[in-house]
Formats: sequence, C-alpha cells, structure tokens
Amino acid sequence: MLLISCPNCGARDETEFHYGGQAHVPYPENPDELTDREWAEFLFYRDNTRGSFAERWLHSTGCRQWFNMLRDTVTYDIQAVYPMGAPQPTVDPDPDDEYGTASVAADSTTTGSSGPSISGTDLGPVDASTAPKGATK
Amino acid sequence: MADKLPEHPDFLWHNPDPKPSYDAIIVGGGGHGLATAYFLAKNHGMTNIAVLEKGWLAGGNMARNTTIIRSNYLWDESAAMYEHSLKLWEALPEELEYDFLFSQRGVMNLAHTLGDVRESMRRVGANQLNGVDAEWLDPEQVKELCPILNISDNIRYPVMGATYQPRAGIAKHDHVAWAFARKCDEMGVDIIQNCEVTGFVKDGNRVTGVRTNRGTINTEKVGLCAAGHSSVLAEMAGFRLPIQSHPLQALVSELHEPVHPTVVMSNHVHVYVSQAHKGELVMGAGVDAYNGYGQRGSFHVIEHQMAAAVELFPIFARAHVLRTWGGVVDTTLDASPIVGTTPVENMFVNCGWGTGGFKGTPSAGYTFAHTIATGTPHELNAPFALERFETGALIDEHGAAAVAH
Repeated sequence: MLLISCPNCGARDETEFHYGGQAHVPYPENPDELTDREWAEFLFYRDNTRGSFAERWLHSTGCRQWFNMLRDTVTYDIQAVYPMGAPQPTVDPDPDDEYGTASVAADSTTTGSSGPSISGTDLGPVDASTAPKGATK
Repeated sequence: MADKLPEHPDFLWHNPDPKPSYDAIIVGGGGHGLATAYFLAKNHGMTNIAVLEKGWLAGGNMARNTTIIRSNYLWDESAAMYEHSLKLWEALPEELEYDFLFSQRGVMNLAHTLGDVRESMRRVGANQLNGVDAEWLDPEQVKELCPILNISDNIRYPVMGATYQPRAGIAKHDHVAWAFARKCDEMGVDIIQNCEVTGFVKDGNRVTGVRTNRGTINTEKVGLCAAGHSSVLAEMAGFRLPIQSHPLQALVSELHEPVHPTVVMSNHVHVYVSQAHKGELVMGAGVDAYNGYGQRGSFHVIEHQMAAAVELFPIFARAHVLRTWGGVVDTTLDASPIVGTTPVENMFVNCGWGTGGFKGTPSAGYTFAHTIATGTPHELNAPFALERFETGALIDEHGAAAVAH
C-alpha cells in the first residue's frame, strides 16, 4: 500500500485517497473550435508514462482536497507532493535522491504553510511561489 | 536416482537468432502475439515472420491471468468477437494437437441488487439474440450448481440470482502458449526470446525495421501485441494510444480437494473465483486505481477480494493464501480492445484488452493476423478500430458485460 503525504494532513494510507489520473491537463480554451481529433485527445488520450508521472490525488476521507504528486510508475516511489496549480517539479534523475525529494516535500507541506493555496482550481497560471519549497529542485 | 527420472521432453520450439529481415514482425511473445503468428502462418501463408519477446515466452500477462474464458458480453460487436473466440477455443485443442485442459465448466455472474438483476436479465436476452448460450438462474438454481455458495439472506449483499454460460470455463494458460508456440515453430515462425525492441526504423511515415538489443531487423510489417507496454512502443513509433496501464492482481490458495465445480464472478461484491485443475482456488478482482508498470499492486486490493470471497464462500474462511502477484493491464475508457491499423503505415496494433485478454487470445490472433496480412480489418475487429475514439462509436462494455473492473 502506498503511504501518501497529504499536504494538509500528513502521511496517510492509500485507502484514504482517490486517484485522479494525469495532472496538468487543462480544459480546452476554445471548446467550440475543437476538431473531433482534438476532442478525442482531451477526452480519451492521457499520457501513460513508464517512469516519473505527474498525477492528481484526492484525500477523500481526510481534508477532501485535491493535490498533485510526482510518482515513479515502475518503482511506485513518491518523488514529490505539490499543490494544484503549481508547476510540475523536476526530479533529480539520481534514484538515490528520490526518497530525499519526497520527504522534503512532505515535511514542507505538512507545516500547513501551503494549505490554503491548494483549495483553488487547477486552471490558469499560478504563482510558482505557492509550491512547497522542497518540491522543486 | 537420475537414471530413474524420465528423459527431458522434446523442446517445443527452437531459439533461433534473428534473421536480417522478415515479412512481418510481431512484438510481444505472449498469448496474443503467438496466436497472431499462428494465424498469420496458417490462414495467410506468412511463415517468414518472427515473434520478438523481451523476456521469456508467455511470461507477462499470459502467465498471470486467472484463465477465465466466456463470451457473454452485452453489445453485438463484443459478443461477435468473444463468441468467435470461444468457438476457436473449442476447436483449438484438436487443431493444435495439444490438450491444454480447456474445461467448459460454466461461468456464473452473480446478481446482488435489483439493478444487477435487471442488467443481468437484459444481458441474457442480448446474448441469446446473438447466439451466445446464456440463461438466468434463481438463487436455488445457483446453489444447485455451486453448493458451496452462500445464498442465505444473512450477508450484506445476498445472491439474488445469476447469469450462467455453460460453455464458458477455464484452461491452462501456460499450455495454451506452448501449444501455439510449438505449431508456430513447426510452420517456420522464428520465436526469439530475450529480444527487446528499443525503437523503430521508418522511411517517412512507413515502418521498415525494428531496433532491438540484438540488432536492427528489417521488416515489411509490424504488429504490436505488448499489452501493458503498448503505450511505450507506440511512443517509440511516434503515435499515442488511448490506454492507461494499471496493475491487476490475483492470488491462489494452497491446494484443496475439488470443492468448486464452476467459475463464479461477482461484479458487485467484486471477486471472481475458480478452482484450478491442481486444486488451488484462483481469485482476482479489479485493477489498482493508480497507473503502474511494476507488476505488483497494493495489498488492500487483495484483502478486499478475499473478504468478498469469504462472504460468498464461507468454506474458504480457513484456506490459506499461497501467493499473490500482479500483471500490467492496458485499459481503455470503453473497456473494449483496440485491434487495427495505426497512424504509422504498415504498423498495426492489438491492445486495450485490459483485464480480460486471455479469453480473447484466439480471436485477437485470428483478426489481427487478418489485419496485418491484408492491411484491412476483418469484419469482427473493424468496430474495434483506434478511430472509434474520434468518431464516438465506442463499444461501452464498462459494467455492461459483467466485466469485473
């Protein structure tokens, strides 16, 4: 079972969460102008990355807030936790460093400093300063 | 002592080095890849072909599934595809000259709510119109067919009835792969293990070769049969697939006397159970929620399906788990496979079978071979084209087919 560090509640069992699939997929800006192909891409096509993957999670039986997570889809290592709307952190390719990245992200987000900022929507550009400090390198 | 042991049986296939070029290359040496190669050779006379497998033969999902075979799908397109598959299953032991223990012990899909009952009766009607054997059983008839099932009212979701397909059943998955491999080898197909595809050679938009860890191999055509890793191959070839790869777990108990005469699936309480020929109780349920290529999942998924099994089969309460494992399944949003052409010329794809690919092995191979050989889909797989995600002509089997997702 995954042990997931919710930005608001801290480390909890995976059973408290719901999976939301790929992160950073914006709703089309001009839906009236999309072709069938473009609609298909929006509705049915998502990245299916083997490796480091940015994805959404909902702490459904805790704070009920959405957040983003960077996780390796082969090792299942959680590499970073960061708020909705923040840019995707980059992860050091050195595998020995992955745990460090994840734990720093968890520490900085469980302080509550980023709590209020993640309740917003994931649409539109967001000031990168809302990202937990440990999440970006 | 060693002289008392039987001699090593003949090897069922050779392990040739790759030739410089082939008429077609199948990527993926699992059930679907081997079946495709078999039907390419047998039905279309294409024997200068190779099956490339990055690991060992049939060591992916073909070794990890729960071997359930049935064709009681709701929609016409699916019923045609899976019923064709079931008819092939019935003929293949003789055709392949290999008894892979296809046991038509029937499959039951339990109904636990009024909604389940209505959906099940609708599906029985649809199946019968499509020539698929299907019947509705009341709880007493369920008990008669499977005496160890708890049909009393004292459980959270009492059994309100079931659909039953008598011709459905199970088979020995490893032996199915070996049966196909032996016939492929006999017809001249090269089965090349430990040969991982690392890229594709293209001339403009046309594929002309395959890069592997054993060198570049030229080919006229490429067929992708890589299940959970299809997206990875498609990305190498320069196109996208609308699939997501998830871990799907299963488990077996220690060996027991025969107690379970059929196959029982419950979509609602969520477990499916059969008893293998050797005696293990074989169970599975749904995928892990997250994307994963790790061939393992989270234990709470196993815990949940065991709880469901014990609720339905009180006799299992003291059975011990022998082992659990996971595969990587390629799911689509309409829970139907993709078998057809791709945006790359001379490259074809067979994927998206998700949690139910084993039962489709023969018809996947049959229709995919037709598609590769002729360049156009067989009438059975035409509706399963990649284009359906653009046209909107989805084949929505989510829930509809008693598919335990």
